[in-house]
Amino acid sequence: MKSRVAWVSAAMLFAWWCAAPLAPVFAQAAATATAPKITAKIDGEYGYWLPSNIAKQSYAHQGDYLNNLLHWFMAILFVAWGIFFVYCLIRFRSRPGHRANSQLPHAKISKYAEVGVAIFEGVLLIGLAIPAWAAVKNDIPTADRNPLRVRVIGEQFQWTFHYSGADGVFGKTAAAKVDTATNPAGLDKADPHAADDIVVGEFHIPVDRPIICDISSKDVIHSFFVPVLRVKQDAVPGMRIPIWFEAGRTGNYEVACAQLCGNNHYSMRALMVIQTAAEFEEWLKVKSAPPEEFDEDEL
Amino acid sequence: MSAEHHHHEHSDHHEHHELGFWRKYVFSIDHKVIGIQYAVTALFFLLFGFCLMMMMRWQFAYPLQPMPFIGTWFGETFMPGGVMTPDFFNSLGAMHGTIMVFLGVVPLVVGGFGNYVMPLQIGAPDMSFPKLNMMSYWVFFVGGVIMLASFFVRGGAASSGWTSYAPLSVIAPTGQTYWLIGMVFLITSSLLGSMNFIVTIVQLRAKGLTMFRLPFFVWAQFVTAFLLLLAFPPLEAAGVLQLMDRVAGTSFFLPEGLVVSGQQLVQKREITGGGSPLLWQHLFWFLAHPEVYVLILPAMGIVAEVIANNTRKPLWGYRAMVYATIFLGFMSFIVWAHHMFMTGMGTRLAAFFATTTMIISIPSVVILTALVISLYNASIRFNVPMLFALAFLPMFAIGGLTGLPLGLPVSDIHLHDTFYVIAHFHYVVAPGTIFAIFAGIYHWYPKVTGRMMNSFLGKLHFWVSFISINGVFMPMFFAGMNGMLRRGYDPTAYAYNAPNMGLVKMMSWSAWLLGLAQLPFIINFFWSIKGGRRVSQNPWDATTLEWTAPSPPPHGNFLTEPVVYRGPYEYSVPGPKTDFFPQHLAKAEA
Repeated sequence: MKSRVAWVSAAMLFAWWCAAPLAPVFAQAAATATAPKITAKIDGEYGYWLPSNIAKQSYAHQGDYLNNLLHWFMAILFVAWGIFFVYCLIRFRSRPGHRANSQLPHAKISKYAEVGVAIFEGVLLIGLAIPAWAAVKNDIPTADRNPLRVRVIGEQFQWTFHYSGADGVFGKTAAAKVDTATNPAGLDKADPHAADDIVVGEFHIPVDRPIICDISSKDVIHSFFVPVLRVKQDAVPGMRIPIWFEAGRTGNYEVACAQLCGNNHYSMRALMVIQTAAEFEEWLKVKSAPPEEFDEDEL
Repeated sequence: MSAEHHHHEHSDHHEHHELGFWRKYVFSIDHKVIGIQYAVTALFFLLFGFCLMMMMRWQFAYPLQPMPFIGTWFGETFMPGGVMTPDFFNSLGAMHGTIMVFLGVVPLVVGGFGNYVMPLQIGAPDMSFPKLNMMSYWVFFVGGVIMLASFFVRGGAASSGWTSYAPLSVIAPTGQTYWLIGMVFLITSSLLGSMNFIVTIVQLRAKGLTMFRLPFFVWAQFVTAFLLLLAFPPLEAAGVLQLMDRVAGTSFFLPEGLVVSGQQLVQKREITGGGSPLLWQHLFWFLAHPEVYVLILPAMGIVAEVIANNTRKPLWGYRAMVYATIFLGFMSFIVWAHHMFMTGMGTRLAAFFATTTMIISIPSVVILTALVISLYNASIRFNVPMLFALAFLPMFAIGGLTGLPLGLPVSDIHLHDTFYVIAHFHYVVAPGTIFAIFAGIYHWYPKVTGRMMNSFLGKLHFWVSFISINGVFMPMFFAGMNGMLRRGYDPTAYAYNAPNMGLVKMMSWSAWLLGLAQLPFIINFFWSIKGGRRVSQNPWDATTLEWTAPSPPPHGNFLTEPVVYRGPYEYSVPGPKTDFFPQHLAKAEA
């Protein structure tokens, strides 16, 4: 028996010792991209609760409403229940002459409270949460609202924003054509539609216009997060996931990566510039000029 | 029957010779020795995992500054000039989570408390499969060694989060391979153990001990064992699949078109593709959600025992608690994708998982409410175990309530992957489960050792821990609400985090104070083995069967086979002269 245990243990240790060194070590630290340095001053109010909400889409305000409502509900429950708790600790503390009463109280109030909580949760779920999520997924702005379509590409460790340019058609892309420095979107330069495409490291959008972003990733899972717009979408490699939103205020804000993606995950930051329609058109014209060296941090 | 047999009064044990040191204390098949081995090993891992976090908290609060005193201990690869690298930070984070969950809490509450206390509470001489029990400990031990060894390989320990999402985990350095192999061992250990628990509870209960006379602790262990048995296999399979992606050139979790560091990803001379990163997430969370109920249910069991004993009255709503626990166990298998709301989930799936998540909050509330109502009309003794058990209640309430905004997709958009989530789950597991663990240690210590732990040190441990642990986790809700993201090496990289850096410092100083607060406990734990006040067999005047065995119980546990005549919490009932009526007494003592 003793020797059998020893043999099995030794076999198991030998097995993992064999397997472990077979794993190739990917030398990634040196070759990954770094997010461009941002010097612009960031707008918005930030503090100990929800930050500024500059979004206009329905679900942004429903989400905030639900969050605030839920926290009131939670606070009321906790305080009411906490008062009962502390009352019991004081009133029923052990002391000379005080005996416990094993007759169990009927406590109908607890049943009413349970049912009340369940009904409240049900109402929130069916009346607010489920319809709000349906809007997130289904209410992609239709063509009559003139949405701007932008492809957002995450990689270790920068965001790339791909615009279709004046012709309104995205040029063909391919993984084999990717060059991190000069062609992060992998555009096929032979495709005529690619000539006017804009591929930059800064996210420019016009105010008061619906935006549709197709979120994807080239390497690992990232997550496109803009706190002030109440937008978050995982960038899953192999998937292209559409999200929609509309900004209601101009200014400079931050885009963050909200899914651990490697050692520089914490600094995978992009500048979002919300401009007036005129400023945005001007920016598009400048960026659409004849092919030039890809320049990440030029405004 | 040999002539020697009548010297042993327990019926089915057949070792007739004295066991040597190794068979008695190291490779023992006695559930009590195994329980202590699990508990002490797990406590070491809890402390180690906590130390990893205390290091991370330096980097959070004082980003890119050299760590004082110990900064130079970790070498130039991980901490050049005393400043940790982002890779090392990510390793600390991933291993903190992994060690706390799989090497700390679960082995302690299930392997430690479950193994030691459950057979005693059901009146059994040992588990149904004592050798399997021993094997489950040693497989756990090997898994732990592998996890610790991963810190010393090239590239360091796993650094893709305890969640190991692909493709990041597939392209990560060798430490991740060790993590996967370690997990295979740990999961195997849990599967062996859970089978043992289920069979033991079904088969070895004492005469008269019907299921509804079981202490709630045993019910909690019973449902937990089913969760482990049914939920772990998909993760073990997924772990092997990820291991194959890493070492054998498969693409279970790697989609087409991957470009890593500017190069198309090639393994074994072929471009990868055809798999799905979301498949890993589904397989992982299918375990990991029931896993969190594995973390909390035994803790609720411990709290129920301590509260019943120290209120000197029966638990209110025992039956409701049992049904709620069973329902909770069942529901825990159909909520997992609430961790995946942001992955591109459509309306039908999101509606399903949001609904099941809302439903699962109900049994948790039932159990918590029953425990609180149990305080009504009680006579509450505020000893050290009771302090921890009482504190568990509001702390678990905060953790549970804050799950609500996370469980609804539209409010989760803003909160997912922020510090709000960290605060939510830590409230249930840190001032929740870990406080229950402390309650259990102070409560059952006299049964294991025959001595009481020191009460002054215990109260010091409690109060400083309680205050500092809230100092660590309460501010996280506010930082997270503002959008501060988790797993972020340097929060100051984002301008919007600037107003919350004061909170971050407060969290770090509270964490270091929490670390100091464990010193009285560690000293107390070891010193009281020989120096603690000697106490009788049943120092807490408790009703359950473990208190009828000697302290510590001998091999085989009971001097005479117990028979049970009543429920587990007959305190302050008419009949006996004292305020408790133990389960095993045929009638009240005259």
